[in-house]
Amino acid sequence: MVLKIFFPQCCNKADSGLLVGRWIPGQNSAVVLAVIHYPFIPGQVKQYIHQSGVDLTVLGSWSMPKEGQEGMESFLRDLSTIFPQGQWLQLSREMGKIGFRYGKLIQQEKELKEDVEGEEGGGEKDKVIFIHYEQRKVMLSQLHPIDNGVPDPQTESQLPQVFGTVCQSEPLFFLDKYDDGPVKMTHWQSEGREGSIIVELMKQASTPVCLLTTWMLTLWTSLCSSRILNMRPMRFISSKLSTCVQLSYRTEHLQTVCSPTRATAHNHFMRKANIFVSFFVDVSLGLLLVSWMYRENRIGKLANTLVPAADYVAKELEELLQWLMGAPAGLKMNRALDQVLGRFFLYHIHLWISYIHLMSPFVEMILWYVGLSACLGLTFALSLLSDITALLTFHIYCFYVYGARLYCMTVYGLSSLWRLFRGKKWNVLRQRVDSCSYDLDQLFIGTLLFTILLFLLPTTALYYLVFTLLRLVVVMFQGVLHLSVDFINSFPLFAMGLRLFRSYRLAEGVKFRVLCEEPGTPLHLMMDINPLKVSSVVQTYRTPTYSCYPKDSWLALCKKLFLGELIYPWRHKTTKID
Amino acid sequence: MQNGDQHYSMEDETYTDIDGKAISLECQSHSGFCREFTVSSAKVSIGRVMAYTCAVWLSAYIIFFVTENTAVLSSAIIITLVGMMVRIHFVKVDHETLLIIGSLGVQVSSSYASGRESTDFIEMGKIKDIVINEAIHMQTVIYYLCILLKDPSDPEAVSSVVPLFQSSKPRLNCLVKVYKSCQEILAKC
Repeated sequence: MVLKIFFPQCCNKADSGLLVGRWIPGQNSAVVLAVIHYPFIPGQVKQYIHQSGVDLTVLGSWSMPKEGQEGMESFLRDLSTIFPQGQWLQLSREMGKIGFRYGKLIQQEKELKEDVEGEEGGGEKDKVIFIHYEQRKVMLSQLHPIDNGVPDPQTESQLPQVFGTVCQSEPLFFLDKYDDGPVKMTHWQSEGREGSIIVELMKQASTPVCLLTTWMLTLWTSLCSSRILNMRPMRFISSKLSTCVQLSYRTEHLQTVCSPTRATAHNHFMRKANIFVSFFVDVSLGLLLVSWMYRENRIGKLANTLVPAADYVAKELEELLQWLMGAPAGLKMNRALDQVLGRFFLYHIHLWISYIHLMSPFVEMILWYVGLSACLGLTFALSLLSDITALLTFHIYCFYVYGARLYCMTVYGLSSLWRLFRGKKWNVLRQRVDSCSYDLDQLFIGTLLFTILLFLLPTTALYYLVFTLLRLVVVMFQGVLHLSVDFINSFPLFAMGLRLFRSYRLAEGVKFRVLCEEPGTPLHLMMDINPLKVSSVVQTYRTPTYSCYPKDSWLALCKKLFLGELIYPWRHKTTKID
Repeated sequence: MQNGDQHYSMEDETYTDIDGKAISLECQSHSGFCREFTVSSAKVSIGRVMAYTCAVWLSAYIIFFVTENTAVLSSAIIITLVGMMVRIHFVKVDHETLLIIGSLGVQVSSSYASGRESTDFIEMGKIKDIVINEAIHMQTVIYYLCILLKDPSDPEAVSSVVPLFQSSKPRLNCLVKVYKSCQEILAKC
């Protein structure tokens, strides 16, 4: 197999020294992490490597002789006896060659046999590849798909091992050239450790803020789970109102973010960061909305239009019912049933309007205070809007239920009596249709009822159709609102920002570029990071939500509509626990 | 071997794709076990671009003449521009490259007309073999070069197939050349 040496770009111009890094088992590759410069004491180097806590070995020697310095061939060879290894790499580069170094690889057996010089043998030189990588980027990046378990080092493929090696050697890079340590090294941070004041300040400030927020959240959750609020009616209402659902969901999120323990795994860190950023954006958009709405007393104007809007809807419904009670679209309805149903629904609307008028003095005040809860976020404003719509169109929901139940009963009655008409019966025990012999009077009454129901079917069907359409319109509107709330909740803003501005941190893989080389040198490749595709970012880092997916497929929905079963197209699933 | 690199594009043999349009193949040998193959399709033809633009704008003018609505003209301009940008950035592939590095892996990259490159690298440990397969495409049978990937749990089974040169679709003579080179390298390492 060809020998692959991963060489950091920062060490291209390093002074001569010892190469330290790690051999990757089974792949015939070596990852060079740093160069330890002369002068050093071998004992101290060995002690440092042992104590650093990083899986390191001495890989070989690096020589870049400056002007006037002669080559240190024999010295370098002697070094290999001090650090006994199975394979000893001897890399060198000449100052004059700006592009590239040429690596002379000498493999030394433990018995100190004569080395095979690689100069003339073109075969030896061809069997090594130098892969240059940018150490900082590889250290900070995370290779996807993320393996959550502990990988087996024998079967793991090469690239994750390389990335893992560089990531784990972070403690090695803390020593820079200004430190007075026993060894002097070159790596990506040797010019001085990188840091950002803002990040450090935020790290210091985050602990007390987290503790405070956690304490407040525990207070809030204990309040919510108190006995008064946990009675059956309250629980039922709060599970139906989407504002309460959103509130509980956000509380959970905040608990995740504000937990004082540091996130160690990449997944947890990204989850926390995504939740934090989306919460922040949500709250700022909510505050913007609140400031816009409360500015010119727009909220008052909105409240003043709510009651007239409800009146208008009620009036339109009354006209619709009058139309249905007449001869709608030229169809001839059964007069008596028509009048009964129409009057029933009209009375219902009358009751509803009376209640709305009863509430109208309080509407503005209620809306004013409830609108303040939009400060908690834009998602709350949208959930609130959805809840207000649901409350104001409650009568449409009631009409739909009445119409659906009536139609459902008609259809079931018809199907059962049709079976009787043909002399069959539904066997509940065996869940199939069996033949049955009926008495004459049973047949007589059954046929009569069948005829009655059949001729009443168009009327009930028409009422059912009209109210189902109205209900579907309301459901669509609420569905759009819920989808947008879901989108704001789950979209990974932090991951997208990272992908756009620091694309090397989320890596899908690598890409290689052949660096043009001088004749007689082995192959040099440049390894760049291939960033994750935008669609994969969204898919991997989506925060799981109480998804509002349609419960039934289109076919099942149509079947339910036809039979008159009540449909609840949007079902809230409980929050997924990861 | 004066130069470590060897470039050669086949001047005496012209390659075409499955529709009969001319394409070109360039093979570059960086080292004994590293080779790069580039298949370039025909560039964006200015005649076609002008023909489409004129057709769209002419129909927009006719509609404007009938309806006297200036929004038609601006929307036609916007549609043309957006369509052209989408086509050169997402659809039109300029050249496709296959870089095979022995014992490291295979890199497949497509370069679009706007300069965007989309790259994918497959490690050698995952590659079972590189083969030429037949496929039924509309009413013809075509050949395509593909990489067979190993299933991690069962080394003998093929878990998936990655087809190469999908946009340029070269014919068998071109594929055979690439196949022979690749097999030499796979056999060595």
